[in-house]
Amino acid sequence: MKFMFIVKSGHRIPPTPALLEAMHKLANREIKAGRMLDNGGLMPLAEGAQVRIIDGQLSVLDGPFVEAKEVIGGYAVFELHSKEEAVASAVEFMQLHKDFLPGWEGTCELRAFAPGGP
Amino acid sequence: MRTARVRPGRPLSRDTTPDAHRAILAIWRIEQPRLITGLARLLRDVPLAEDLTQEALLAALERWPVTGVPEKPGAWLMTTARHRAFDHLRRGRMLERKHEMIAWELEEEERSLPDLESAQNDDIGDELLRLIFTACHPLLSQEARAALALRMICGLTTEEIARAFLLSEPTIAQRIVRAKRTLSESGLAYETPRGAELSERLDSVLEVVYLIFNEGYTAARGQDWLRPQLCNEALRMGRVLTSIAAHEPEAHGLLALMELNASRAAARTDAAGDPILMLEQNRALWDQLQIRRGMQALERARELGGAGGAYALQAAIIACHARAATAGDTDWPRIAELYAQLAAVVRSPIIELNRAVAVGMAEGPAAALAIVERLGQEPALKSYHLLPSVRGDLLHRLGRYQEAHAAFEAAANMAGNRREQDLLRRRAADAAGAAMTS
Repeated sequence: MKFMFIVKSGHRIPPTPALLEAMHKLANREIKAGRMLDNGGLMPLAEGAQVRIIDGQLSVLDGPFVEAKEVIGGYAVFELHSKEEAVASAVEFMQLHKDFLPGWEGTCELRAFAPGGP
Repeated sequence: MRTARVRPGRPLSRDTTPDAHRAILAIWRIEQPRLITGLARLLRDVPLAEDLTQEALLAALERWPVTGVPEKPGAWLMTTARHRAFDHLRRGRMLERKHEMIAWELEEEERSLPDLESAQNDDIGDELLRLIFTACHPLLSQEARAALALRMICGLTTEEIARAFLLSEPTIAQRIVRAKRTLSESGLAYETPRGAELSERLDSVLEVVYLIFNEGYTAARGQDWLRPQLCNEALRMGRVLTSIAAHEPEAHGLLALMELNASRAAARTDAAGDPILMLEQNRALWDQLQIRRGMQALERARELGGAGGAYALQAAIIACHARAATAGDTDWPRIAELYAQLAAVVRSPIIELNRAVAVGMAEGPAAALAIVERLGQEPALKSYHLLPSVRGDLLHRLGRYQEAHAAFEAAANMAGNRREQDLLRRRAADAAGAAMTS
């Protein structure tokens, strides 16, 4: 089963070198264990854009943006056996934040990929 | 809420439900590779390391429902396993010098336990490779290697392996026990092979990974989701190998072959679960992202100088199909050429027969029939129904309908599968009909 992990936070605390190192080690371990297929951190929305449809109107918003309360900071894609494994994996990932970035608050949302073909 | 049970430090309220059991198994499975490699390094004894890894799981299943999941479950499992290792060695009276040394090291480590956590995410690549080489040692039968690999590398339980291979749990349990005993009694050194031995041992590993893949791939049926699971386990092992043995071209070649084959999974059966042949599949259902991963792995194998490897060549053949937008666009001359290269690496009459099919598509039936007639003397193909089946097809295309009819009849009598028999008898009847009207 494939899962996507999406990390959201309203905190703007930059990750400490210790957290980055711990996350790097964890990612490295998961890649070598054949479980992590892809991952990445995301730049703030100011570096990106939004393309929307509202009231039948398509519009491109290129900023400036009112900062959302919670922003997506990164994602990872895993191949795992079960939801339980995904939860255990996310708990381990978030524990690193608790250990290495005191005061930080956020959510790691895990979502199963829809089964079947494209 | 189910997930609340796995919250660190939160008691599982003596919860022994299947959900709690699965949650603990999930945590253990994440820690399992590091656990078993750490123990194997310490004890230099893979079967014992495997036993202790399992014992740590049993301990967690017993303790965590009462105490809650520890904040650092990995460290807890490792500490527990080390304690047991120490007990085990003490019980064995430490007669051997090797054990004395290990016992001393363990005692030292017991004293410095708080440091354990810092080692939690240590790079386990080399250790994992050593473990894979041991689990897939040529000393063991293919079946034993497959079971051990699924258990030690993928962390599957005996029950899960049994279900995946459609065998009983005691059969798999016994297979694993015997394999571990063979390893224990062999006195194998726990080390990564080098030089010429490395490639021989790597072959033994790749062979098993491919066996696991095919077990899931060729037998997959409609609702039987655990069989595709075997493909996923094999793909996972393939990814492990390409990341820890990154310079081995055939590891990339095998991963490419598996990714490219797996990309067709959704198109391989119809609604009733009956197989659809590749040339008749709906190519819109092929997973293009997986094809891309396969192509990348194949490219990597080539960059490493492995374009001529047996797995890379098979992957290159499948890549020709993956690249063709329609069956009619297939580059048959290239496929025929690749089969010729493959036949030079792996001497196999079945590969030669496949080459004949490709030649038949590329150059026409006459050239292909010449190859097939030569194969008629092969003892290995004596009862292989695809030989007369291919021959019948070529004869039919050449307008030699009487002979085609006889070939299809012969093929139908050899085929073991009812569906295939029906198909071949239909073709035999078509040929007979054509013979009458021609």
